[in-house]
Amino acid sequence: MIFVVIVFLWTSICLYLLLGGADFGAGIVELVVPRRYKLQVRTVMTRAIGPIWEANHMWLIIAIVILFVGFPKIYTTMSTFMHIPLVAMLLGIIARGTAFVFRNYDAVDDHWQTLYARIFMWSSVVTPFFLGVIAAATVSRTIDPQAGDFFSAYIGSWLTWFGGAIGLFTTAICGYLASTYAIGTIAQETDQTLAIRIAKRFIYFVVVTGALVFLAAVYSKIPLIEWIFSGAIGQLAIGLATVSLVLTFLAFRKRKAVVSRILAGFQVVMILLAATYQHYPELVLFKNGQGLSLLDHAGDEKTIRALAWALLLGSVLILPFLFYLMRVFGNRPAQTDKYDT
Amino acid sequence: MDDFIAARSQMAMSLGFHIVFSCIGMVMPFFMAIAHFIYLRTGNAVYKGLTKAWSKGVAILFATGAVSGTMLSFELGLLWPTFMEHAGPIFGMPFSLEGTAFFIEAIALGFFLYGWDRLKPWFHWTTGVIVGLSGLASGILVVAANAWMNSPAGFDFIDGQYVNIDPIQAMFNDAWFSQALHMALAAFVATGFAVSGIHALMILKRKNLVFHRAAFRISALSACFAAVLQPISGDISAKDIASRQPAKLAAMEAHFETQANAPLLIGGIPDETTETVKYAVKLPGMLSFLAHGDVTKPVTGLKDIPRENWPPVAITHYAFQVMVAIGMSLVLLAFLYFIALTKRKKWLESNWLLRLFVIATPLGYIAVEAGWVVTEVGRQPWIIHGVMRTADAVTPMPGIVYSFYLFTAVFISLSAIVGFLLYRQIKMVGKLYDVTDPAYQQTD
Ligand code: HDD
Ligand code: HEM
Ligand code: HEM
Repeated sequence: MIFVVIVFLWTSICLYLLLGGADFGAGIVELVVPRRYKLQVRTVMTRAIGPIWEANHMWLIIAIVILFVGFPKIYTTMSTFMHIPLVAMLLGIIARGTAFVFRNYDAVDDHWQTLYARIFMWSSVVTPFFLGVIAAATVSRTIDPQAGDFFSAYIGSWLTWFGGAIGLFTTAICGYLASTYAIGTIAQETDQTLAIRIAKRFIYFVVVTGALVFLAAVYSKIPLIEWIFSGAIGQLAIGLATVSLVLTFLAFRKRKAVVSRILAGFQVVMILLAATYQHYPELVLFKNGQGLSLLDHAGDEKTIRALAWALLLGSVLILPFLFYLMRVFGNRPAQTDKYDT
Repeated sequence: MDDFIAARSQMAMSLGFHIVFSCIGMVMPFFMAIAHFIYLRTGNAVYKGLTKAWSKGVAILFATGAVSGTMLSFELGLLWPTFMEHAGPIFGMPFSLEGTAFFIEAIALGFFLYGWDRLKPWFHWTTGVIVGLSGLASGILVVAANAWMNSPAGFDFIDGQYVNIDPIQAMFNDAWFSQALHMALAAFVATGFAVSGIHALMILKRKNLVFHRAAFRISALSACFAAVLQPISGDISAKDIASRQPAKLAAMEAHFETQANAPLLIGGIPDETTETVKYAVKLPGMLSFLAHGDVTKPVTGLKDIPRENWPPVAITHYAFQVMVAIGMSLVLLAFLYFIALTKRKKWLESNWLLRLFVIATPLGYIAVEAGWVVTEVGRQPWIIHGVMRTADAVTPMPGIVYSFYLFTAVFISLSAIVGFLLYRQIKMVGKLYDVTDPAYQQTD
């Protein structure tokens, strides 16, 4: 049963990165496009994510619940030593979720919109960035449970070049996911061209920040290259991701919205796979060489069994509805695109 | 302020904030479903407007509930890691089921809010009902987790080890039923009176009368039914506590001396150092009756409980008094409304009854907060009753005070913006939602 739970954990994280990531990406895209496109981008993105953002955001809750029920030691270690970046990430989640709803549900449309928009865009950057920072810290052997002083226990572990690079990389991926996702929700020719241009920019951004990650790893003496390329799975995953990146450009040219969406998602899954498989079953690596393993630090047998059943039952109830929701609201381009200037 | 107090205050504030929105999340979908139902049955467009107006407000409140709930699932670990390390695997079952309930709720909400022109009418209505049912289910589940902290079950605590864990038994602990029932009713009372109070105010101001009368009727009726049931369920809770958490009961009642025929105190200022209560009205035997259903039975007083296991007496006592006072006043108001509906139709038109409802607007929520203070402060010094002390559960990270300041600022600004947005929604009712208003403009 423990493997059922681990698969659910990995899948929830993966889906949060894909779907939640695309949500955050919507704000990132709006932030980086030139002012004259902002309204257009906003209209398209709002229509794409409005009905599904709450559901997308649930994957994070599922992952957290799996951690604290099934792997309490890992959950509490993370929340103790990653306290500060977790709070930063939380603030991002709060600000973004509320700003998104405020801007769409404020009964009066006036200058307050500018404030909501600003909060929405900046907080969309904060959350994925710190998510990346936290992910980096778990594997870069910087967390030190024996640390004596405040700085090395609660700050030094995550405030690193590698963390920063992964944070940027995650942010870039979110923007990429959002812009590719949006292509499929657009009916108008000119808008589609714009979306494709934005998506291409984000591909470059992903490649550049990806390179930064490797540079930072080399600089901080983190054997990233070895982790990723020492095993067949890692090589294969990175290979497939690269090939599909090239295919994405082709799909853009042919305007195959669904295909490029699938390719983008596939790339992200491959990157996550390459990044996680090498440590498995260890999830957190400590400075002293030890780590927290999903197998050794799982909760009681009975708890894991109950959790696995709850998750299986939950997915039977949830997944059909979720697919239906995404079908009804996600794929179909709206017949008319009206922009209120 | 030291870090421990800061952690407790931050937790209390976050929960106190979240509970407001979760009550709304549990109840408003049902109000909307009623209005929606009437619209689908009668085709009366006022009810369509009402459903839409409510759903716009609820979307804002829902998002606030969702983000504050997300904060909570992190804060449990950020502030109480030792607690979560041991409690997580034991009381996690309701949380994992709650995850499912939230998910269904979020999906159904997506359908409901964006489905007006895209879904078949009755399917659309059903999605609204599902939002309500799953919201209610998540409320009940999370209360089961809290009940476990009051009434630990499903494990054996041997030599500091938590063994023989049974998550199902932990979920259905002894306190689960009484707390879940009381909480579910409280959600209807609090939200019902808050909503009916706002609409009563608008009726008094003679604005969009048809619209606000419709809204008032739905919310006031639900609130009043729940209000009448609330003291009965409160009595079940009190009897439960008497058998399980005598220290909490004694603190609630500021009851120092163990005695048979124990008096019930109304009001009064308890003093922990002298172990006395000043200025209280005493009803002899009533506490024995409330706790055990028998005036002659003895009730344990605080003096027979080691001092290091006392909860803060004054806070618990005041909070309990506030809750019960409000509970009784609302029952009274409910009866007045029922009389008005059945025998004195004139009253429905009169201003004094509406004014009483306006006064009652915040009362339900005050009672909810007070009730939670009774439950949570009354459990102190334990985080898991009789097993783990709150002080042993707190995070080792220093500087929690700053986190407390930060979260305080966040909650204040969120409350301000949410209040502002709701105010604007209500101001725009005529233009956006009420078809009978001359200023009404069809939008979508
Ligand atoms: C509208 C809100 C409301 C109203 C009018 C009342 N309550 Fe209440 N009460 C709550 C809202 C609430 C609550 C916030 O929902 C609590 C906190 C924990 C819980 O399960 O419910 C609660 C807790 C609570 C507890 C502690 C339960 C525990 O610690 O396990 C007791 C003994 C009572 N209540 C008793 C009463 C009585 C005798 C009332 C008589 C009128 C009453 N309540 C009215
Ligand atoms: C939403 C309704 C709730 C409110 C308003 C509430 C209120 C409070 C308050 C006032 C405290 C501080 C007590 C003190 O330090 O003296 C507290 C503590 C706490 N509550 Fe609750 N509570 C609620 C529900 C829950 C639930 C459902 C859980 C968990 C499942 C929970 C878990 C905790 C924890 C872990 C603490 C900190 C430890 C402690 O002080 O005992 N609470 N809560
Ligand atoms: C008695 C206390 C509580 C009750 C009755 C309650 C009830 C609810 C309800 C009904 C909702 C959905 C409605 C809405 O989104 O507005 C909700 C949302 C949420 N609650 Fe609570 N809750 C309580 C305490 C807690 C605690 C202690 C936690 C965390 C450990 C928590 C975590 C969440 C989360 C994560 C959400 C967001 C779900 C979403 O995105 O839809 N809640 N709560």
